[in-house]
Amino acid sequence: MTVLAPPESDTAGGTPAGRLHPPVGTRRSGRIATHAFLIVMAVLWLIPLLWTVYVSLRPESDTNQHGYFSIAHSLTFHNYSEAWTQGQLPHLFWNSVKITVPAVIITLFFASCVAFVVARFSFRFNLAMLLLFTAGNLLPQQVLLAPLFKIYTNVQVPSFLSDSGELYDSTIGVVAINIAFQTGFCVFVLSNFMRTIPEEITEASLVDGASVWTRYWRLTLPLCRPALAALATLLTTWIYNDFFWALSLMTTGKNRPITSAIQNLAGEFAQNDNLLSACALIIAVPVLVVYFVLQRQFIAGLTLGSTKG
Amino acid sequence: MSADTATPTAAPRRRRRRSVRRLTGRDRVVITLMIIVPLLLDIALIWGPAVATVFLSFTDAHGIGPIHGVGTQNYHVVRTIDPEFWPAVRHNVLWLVEFTVIATPLGMLLAVLLDRGIRGSRIYQSIFFLPVMLSLALIGIIWEVVYSPQFGLINGILHNTKPGSAIDWLGDPKLNLWSVLVEATWRQTGYVMVLYLAGLKAFDPALREAAQIDGANGWQLFWKVTFPTLRPINIVIAVITVIESLRAFDLVWVTNGGTNGLELLSAMITQDITSAASRIGYGSAIGVVLLVISLVPIVTFLIVQFRRQDER
Repeated sequence: MTVLAPPESDTAGGTPAGRLHPPVGTRRSGRIATHAFLIVMAVLWLIPLLWTVYVSLRPESDTNQHGYFSIAHSLTFHNYSEAWTQGQLPHLFWNSVKITVPAVIITLFFASCVAFVVARFSFRFNLAMLLLFTAGNLLPQQVLLAPLFKIYTNVQVPSFLSDSGELYDSTIGVVAINIAFQTGFCVFVLSNFMRTIPEEITEASLVDGASVWTRYWRLTLPLCRPALAALATLLTTWIYNDFFWALSLMTTGKNRPITSAIQNLAGEFAQNDNLLSACALIIAVPVLVVYFVLQRQFIAGLTLGSTKG
Repeated sequence: MSADTATPTAAPRRRRRRSVRRLTGRDRVVITLMIIVPLLLDIALIWGPAVATVFLSFTDAHGIGPIHGVGTQNYHVVRTIDPEFWPAVRHNVLWLVEFTVIATPLGMLLAVLLDRGIRGSRIYQSIFFLPVMLSLALIGIIWEVVYSPQFGLINGILHNTKPGSAIDWLGDPKLNLWSVLVEATWRQTGYVMVLYLAGLKAFDPALREAAQIDGANGWQLFWKVTFPTLRPINIVIAVITVIESLRAFDLVWVTNGGTNGLELLSAMITQDITSAASRIGYGSAIGVVLLVISLVPIVTFLIVQFRRQDER
């Protein structure tokens, strides 16, 4: 827990000089109480994960002999390699990549297109469109399931795009619903962001006769890089973490992305908590990488969407 | 990047934006395409289905075969016969109550404490934020290892892992909803904390100083000064709390498929539709119930967000 990416500098907030404080006595006892509370909470918060790590590192023979709630006599990474091969995790990871990468790219492309038009041109339907896109992302996923299931099992797809010949049980189907579902949130965030870019920047290009496409692709998008980076981080995590769409719209277990395959894996390793823990932690690796490297981006994306109109 | 970058400039919006009419033909085609493709996808896969759910709920639709209208029969069965419906409603309500009474205040408390610039604030923040990154399905698995009756940590601490007498945290229908709510809180608290921290950052320290000069103590300072100025974010968090409790699904599904004490509306819909019987009409009726309830927080959110934009 030492390699933490610092969150936004002023979120943590060093006390600015000159801020007034209560008298020294109450300040110190208050601070000790605060730290005591925070330490207890932090330990409680870490215990489930630390326990999982501990269990995953113990050989099955050790836990069988001494029980799980005991001092480990030996530690090993064997459970990880076992889970990796036995659970066919590389294949499942690849399924996740095939869904997450196109979904993130296309979502950002679509959302930035809509956001650009909404932010830069006065349409009669601007507000209605924003409302439509934003609200769609807030619906519980299950509300949409019945008609989606009907659509997915009835729409034919060329066989080079889908082994099943229909949208149901195909990678492209899961990619499509992820795009549709996430675009709303990104339109909302990006249109707000684009409004903060001064119009004058594109004004000059307009005089030069730049087309709408040039203004979008060459002038506006590069200025949106911070927002796009934050959203890309957020979307990658969310789509990688999505459990529901592939669970309900795919039926072939080996085609499912890794998060939706968790249930099958849990069933497979049900008799062996050591393997199950190792498997769970392997699945967590991609988001833990984001957590350690891109936590700032992730939080920026999250708060951009929810705290600023 | 800071969240502040999202604040629009003061220039009036109307004047800044150009009318579509002054564009060339090619530009107009480009603009139309940029809007229409995402819009069609959104309508085909989000709003179309949301509306279609309502129609399907008045039919006997199944996976295959013709569809017949059955009037309000599905709703009647849901309300009066289905033994899972009212427990599911109760569980969704309990989920909301728990989030409102425990997870949200706890997240707010952590944010307020950590915003004071105490030592190690960033490390604490990162620890509480860690579960927010994990998928709920994975959280369900991690806690299964903790709750396991024979091999788990909690029963290990309690020194009772004997089959038969050991507490089955996730299996006992009187207990398992609370066990799962602990898992949900583990994640939700960090989420609320991060949102409040962002809100507090925008809080003007001069207000706090003024109150302190007037002799306000920490408690008064929070309730009389900080909390009221956080009103916009309080509303957003209230909305998120309601939506997250209506969306609750992954944890119960991973644990036992949403049965035996863990019934939720979302899980009932999924069971009806993805099971071999594929009762699409019936599942739609429950979907409509969930849709109607979730429109309340959604509309609230839209009004708050877009009214704020208009004020700018």
